[in-house]
Amino acid sequence: MEFVAAHDLDEALAAKAEQPDAELLAGGTDLMVEVNLVHHRPKQVVSLRRIGELREVSSTRIGAGVTWSRLERGDHRGLAEAARTVGSPQIRAAGTIGGNVGTASPAGDGLPWIAAADAAIEVRSKARGTRVVPWRDFFVGVKRTSLERDEIITAVVVPDDIPEAQEFAKVGARNAMVISTVSCLVMRGDDGFRIALGSVAPTPIRATAAEGMLNAEAKITEAALDEVARVVSEEVRPITDHRSTEAYRRHAAGVLARRLVERSLR
Amino acid sequence: MNVTITVNGEQRVADVAASESLLNVLRDDLDLPGTKDACEQGECGSCTVILDGEAVCSCLVMAADAEGSEVTTVEGMGEEGHLHPVQEAMLAEGAVQCGFCTPGFVVAGAHLLETNPHPSELEIREALSGNICRCTGYGAILRAFETLSEEGT
Ligand SMILES: Cc1cc2nc3c(=O)[nH]c(=O)nc-3n(C[C@H](O)[C@H](O)[C@H](O)COP(=O)(O)OP(=O)(O)OC[C@H]3O[C@@H](n4cnc5c(N)ncnc54)[C@H](O)[C@@H]3O)c2cc1C
Ligand code: FES
Ligand code: FES
Repeated sequence: MEFVAAHDLDEALAAKAEQPDAELLAGGTDLMVEVNLVHHRPKQVVSLRRIGELREVSSTRIGAGVTWSRLERGDHRGLAEAARTVGSPQIRAAGTIGGNVGTASPAGDGLPWIAAADAAIEVRSKARGTRVVPWRDFFVGVKRTSLERDEIITAVVVPDDIPEAQEFAKVGARNAMVISTVSCLVMRGDDGFRIALGSVAPTPIRATAAEGMLNAEAKITEAALDEVARVVSEEVRPITDHRSTEAYRRHAAGVLARRLVERSLR
Repeated sequence: MNVTITVNGEQRVADVAASESLLNVLRDDLDLPGTKDACEQGECGSCTVILDGEAVCSCLVMAADAEGSEVTTVEGMGEEGHLHPVQEAMLAEGAVQCGFCTPGFVVAGAHLLETNPHPSELEIREALSGNICRCTGYGAILRAFETLSEEGT
């Protein structure tokens, strides 16, 4: 195995330009599980852990190398809540938001926040410089993204006018260390409600029908909340797998969305 | 490839195989079997070590990536002939049965007390939520840390 411990971004980009199939290693909490359990043997690895630039964070730009344990204490309430539910303290100390985006699992707990914030993924290559890809164009399928082979995710770019009222919750088999069966993030701002969900489609999604319905209401009544639950359950596209069934996921998605919309009103 | 890691204050060199984990290198190459190997998928915490100041699962650290790092394992806790206060407290409370999970709890718990000397019960539960014990039912382990929190060790 060839191993490059990149000290800055240029070094990592040069290594990727030379060997586009080299695998990027951040916290290792997804990659090493594959190595240990599926006996995946990467031929070349470029480690990003030492790159200071990737660990920078501001309210509008979150470096790919920022760990969950830092995001737990960050200013974006919904992202901090999501971060607190990731794995365990050991996983959060190592795992990064860039790795979550790179893996692009439907259950990635950072992804509903990215969708609700209408954030973009900033990527860079040596040959073509920086691209900023809207989240909808970045996540294209189950564990599939539009990242090119020679590119590295550098940051999540966050619009500066996202609502402050943010609520996250997830459903799983138990409390600690659990992969989401369904996750939901709600934001409430002057322009209305935003509802994003995870684990109910190949990519994170926005519940646009439910958002439209809520945003047409002058006042959010109990009946409107019930309607949100019904519309969300209808518009998600979950599957049945080893973690849950389609029917349960539809139900839980509606319940979570209703609960978080209600919570965001308090 | 050779990697140089400072383990428990001592510089060590190991010849590591492709994508091997730090856990394997500690146990098999550096003769430090205190760190336990159970799930190899980050779920149980028995392999917890301190890597550059953070408590992490050593089964998920690629050994090659630990080059130049500082690692503390359970063998580095306490001093020769003197147990670490966490070890003392766990003994006193009977928080050890088969002992397989114990090194992970000792390292994760010592890290908690270093960053937060008086954790609340909730903070203790949260900090230890990545460590699984199949014997004790956790009661005695939690009591050990509650005592330590009161004493502020
Ligand atoms: C026990 C356990 C519990 C977990 N619980 C959760 C959970 O509750 N919620 C959740 O969402 N996830 C969970 N995970 C999954 C994982 O921890 C997260 O997805 C984490 O954010 C991955 O980040 P990492 O830095 O460790 O990624 P790595 O494993 O280092 O990388 C993951 C993938 O992303 C790629 N990548 C990493 N950084 C970049 C970059 N900058 N540019 C391009 N590609 C990149 C890598 O090449 C690799 O393919 C869990 C994992 C474990 C082992
Ligand atoms: S062996 Fe590393 S967490 Fe279980
Ligand atoms: S004492 Fe046996 S696993 Fe904890």
